[in-house]
Amino acid sequence: MPTPPPIAMLAELTHRCPLSCPYCSNPLEMAAKEAELDTETWISVFRQAAEMGVLQLHLSGGEPASRRDLEELTRAAREAGLYTNLITSAIGLTPRRLDALEAAGLDHIQLSLQGTNAQLADKIGGYRGGFERKMQAAEDIAKRGIPLTLNAVMHRQNLDDLDRTIEMAVDLGARRLEVACVQFHGWATKNIAALLPTCEQTEAAKEKVAEASKRLRGVMAFDFVPPDYYADYPKSCMGGWGSAGLNVAPDGTVLPCHAAQTIPHLQFENVRDTALESIWYDSAAFNAYRGTDWLPEPCQSCDRKEIDFGGCRCQALALAGDAGATDPVCVKSPDHHRVVAMLGQADDESDLTYRVNA
Amino acid sequence: MSLALAPEDRPYLPRGVRLHDDRVRGSTVLLAPEKAVDLDQIGVAILTRVNGDATFAQIIADLAQTYNAPAQQIEEDVQRFLVGLRARLYLMVH
Repeated sequence: MPTPPPIAMLAELTHRCPLSCPYCSNPLEMAAKEAELDTETWISVFRQAAEMGVLQLHLSGGEPASRRDLEELTRAAREAGLYTNLITSAIGLTPRRLDALEAAGLDHIQLSLQGTNAQLADKIGGYRGGFERKMQAAEDIAKRGIPLTLNAVMHRQNLDDLDRTIEMAVDLGARRLEVACVQFHGWATKNIAALLPTCEQTEAAKEKVAEASKRLRGVMAFDFVPPDYYADYPKSCMGGWGSAGLNVAPDGTVLPCHAAQTIPHLQFENVRDTALESIWYDSAAFNAYRGTDWLPEPCQSCDRKEIDFGGCRCQALALAGDAGATDPVCVKSPDHHRVVAMLGQADDESDLTYRVNA
Repeated sequence: MSLALAPEDRPYLPRGVRLHDDRVRGSTVLLAPEKAVDLDQIGVAILTRVNGDATFAQIIADLAQTYNAPAQQIEEDVQRFLVGLRARLYLMVH
């Protein structure tokens, strides 16, 4: 089957961020400001992406508002024909910057939520006063009518607050609430014990989301990312490696997913040296786990292989020691007992390890 | 709540939702927050008539005439399609 063009691109404009969330999906080794792509190079990447067939651009980070050229980048992306989505904590999004982003044609904002009150949110974000600034920015976003998704990152320490989270999203005028349970990559791997939800929390969350999405039908849409350690089958990582989306790191390295650099034997190319199209279609890293031919057993003879494509490669590496193995989350994986063992590590007394900026 | 459109409702695509000519794939897509919905010819025919002015009844009548099809059948199909979009907040009504 020929490789389809990508639909979505995550542009990690910077790793810099005023918050230091202990589940940050940025890698443990972060790019310094000096290593970031300049404005012209990002704009060239956006144009290349649009020409290849990318439709959705996620402007992310770190905190993308840490880039002073965010407005210029947004304008250029929109002019290239991309749908522009800003993934932000809203720290640094002043009314003036929001005006400029609106004028630049920004389509949508995804606002992260660390907790429903200052005490919890500022503890998780590791930034005193962050919650208050975020709530002010949320009001400024709503006042302008910019389409808003609230992305509530949920885990052991805030899942019991889900009802209030849903209420808050409605009050803030969000059209969509993403209840995103922490996935254990990046900094979250240092905090599994403190962040892993209980089985009861997971079941309660599923029921609450199902009930609320029925009750709020037509008012607010829901997306639910369950904690996959409790699932029977793995998630379809990125909809299949190198099939729908790509990720450009702050220094221009192009990745099939944000955690792919944890796989040591893969070499990733850079937009400074190679055209994006060539990286997507021809690079060894993007072809390493593309499609289903590479799948091992029990995936190869499984009727779910076109559904989950063997699950997450980074998780297979982290838990089974082999990026080419079946994702151990799968009940059919010979390494599934490793996931079961992880569940036993959860501990309410465990301290948080915060991310550290480069 | 029931999301079915009444005959006098005037549907529209809210800010952040728009039709896009996807030249690479040779199709029209509906772009919405963090989502691209690939449209078939029928979806395009419906959504190009959704402009905030035309009522649901007018849209049905227009489609029935253009495609020379029974209005009742058209109404069922269009209603199902638009309710699906409304549930995701990709469509609103005046």
